[in-house]
Amino acid sequence: MNRLLLNKIILILSTLSAVIGISFLFWILATLSYKGITSIHWTTFTKDLVEGGIRNLLVGQFTMALMATVVAVPVGMMAGIYLREYGHGSKLASIIRNLSDVMMSAPSIVIGVFVYALLVDPFGGYNGLAGVVALAIMMIPIIISTTDNMLALVPTELREAGMALGGSKHKIILQIVVRAAKVGITTGILLSFARIIGETAPLLFTSANNQFFTMDLTGQFPSLTVSIYNLATYPDTVSRELAWAASFILTAIVLCINLVGRFVIRNKE
Amino acid sequence: MAKNNLVMELKDFSFTYAGAEKSSLKKINLPIEENKITAMIGPSGCGKSTLLRAMNRIHDLYPGNTYEGKINLYKEDGSKQNILELKKENDFIKLRQEVGMIFQKPTPFPMSIFDNVAYGLRLSGMKNKSELQGHVEEALKGAAIWEETKDRLNKSALGLSGGQQQRLCIARAVALKPRVLLFDEPTSALDPISTGAIEELIAEIKSEVSVVIVTHNMQQASRLSDYTAFMYLGDLAEFDKTDKIFLNPKEKLTEDYITGRFG
Repeated sequence: MNRLLLNKIILILSTLSAVIGISFLFWILATLSYKGITSIHWTTFTKDLVEGGIRNLLVGQFTMALMATVVAVPVGMMAGIYLREYGHGSKLASIIRNLSDVMMSAPSIVIGVFVYALLVDPFGGYNGLAGVVALAIMMIPIIISTTDNMLALVPTELREAGMALGGSKHKIILQIVVRAAKVGITTGILLSFARIIGETAPLLFTSANNQFFTMDLTGQFPSLTVSIYNLATYPDTVSRELAWAASFILTAIVLCINLVGRFVIRNKE
Repeated sequence: MAKNNLVMELKDFSFTYAGAEKSSLKKINLPIEENKITAMIGPSGCGKSTLLRAMNRIHDLYPGNTYEGKINLYKEDGSKQNILELKKENDFIKLRQEVGMIFQKPTPFPMSIFDNVAYGLRLSGMKNKSELQGHVEEALKGAAIWEETKDRLNKSALGLSGGQQQRLCIARAVALKPRVLLFDEPTSALDPISTGAIEELIAEIKSEVSVVIVTHNMQQASRLSDYTAFMYLGDLAEFDKTDKIFLNPKEKLTEDYITGRFG
């Protein structure tokens, strides 16, 4: 009897906790959707920030995130391949793996400060490239870790089978092992992209922000997240509404990328 | 030099894993006859897989192992080569094209059926498309899987059943026309029907390639092989014709093992 009672209590408690957690999430999403959708106009997408739209911000944010991805994916994947396939068991590999794990949990504002000291201060001002570098630094450890873990799931026999057919190590890795881990690695890249597209802190004092449309990465660069931060602190309703609209759009983007990532995984299974 | 009927010969071969104090294999002397099936049996941990994996030096994927003695590989022209002297990656590649290997679990690559079979051929430098197609078809026919796969050559090999995957792996290895094929418990992950198909296949390909097979299944060894090596604790306890080993073994230990008194 005691056992059954305890079972019920635990069941009720855990259900309650789940409901509380999820209801906060829905509260956020509901408020965001309500305020966001009512604040979106056609001109939100066609005009730049200076005229009350977010066109330049979207383009700027994606430009920086995509460029960071272009930098981080090859570096992260190669490092991951080194850790799993070449440096297996070596001291250097275990040091790199640990450092990479530490980097992954490093506060993003610290990365912002670091890049500020490295690429903003010495070059006389905020610039888009510094933003790209900051985002890439955030992304690399995530991709290293995903690649490392996904390659670990590839059975050893597959490597040996490739070798037994007369393959050289690098060919086996590139043509068989990475291909076998392709879905996992792709998903990891998508999820890390979703992570950096919504980052504010690394951009706050690297690329800063720009009200106008620009593709010049040597100057201040438009950013959606930094704009949300700025707009939300302004007293006027127009700015606040734009902040809501931008937040909603950003959330929708991140959600979509996450869904695509999950969809890819599910299809694989 | 007169051409003998050996394809491989192990002489006083010892093997020690990286970091291990004791040798896993001690002074093994074992002849592998051409176009015959040699089975290696013995209880778990006796070193039969270790021995098999030395014969195409797949051990060298992992650093630090030590070999002693000789493993001679006799080439088609009668010349011999001690494969323990190989050092360069290129030489290993050549060795493994001559001494192929099939694993316990089927190991199809994540690509189409055609590309799986063509993989080794492409590695060996074959580029001509029609030549590749010819060889792939021949190999799939040779591995008795052509009928099942000819309409889906461009589909992923991962969609095949376990038994089909294993035959595909054999086709992939046979396509390179190796001198020797090493089988490491090739049917222990398969059902009885697939096992039967694989055994039939192994019996057929021996006209073209010499086979060494490690098995836990003594019936399989007695059904399939011409010669049997019984290994025990890193030693080659007895080696003879399969009939002899199973009907009239010299060693008490061999008799005890094959009659199921231990192991």
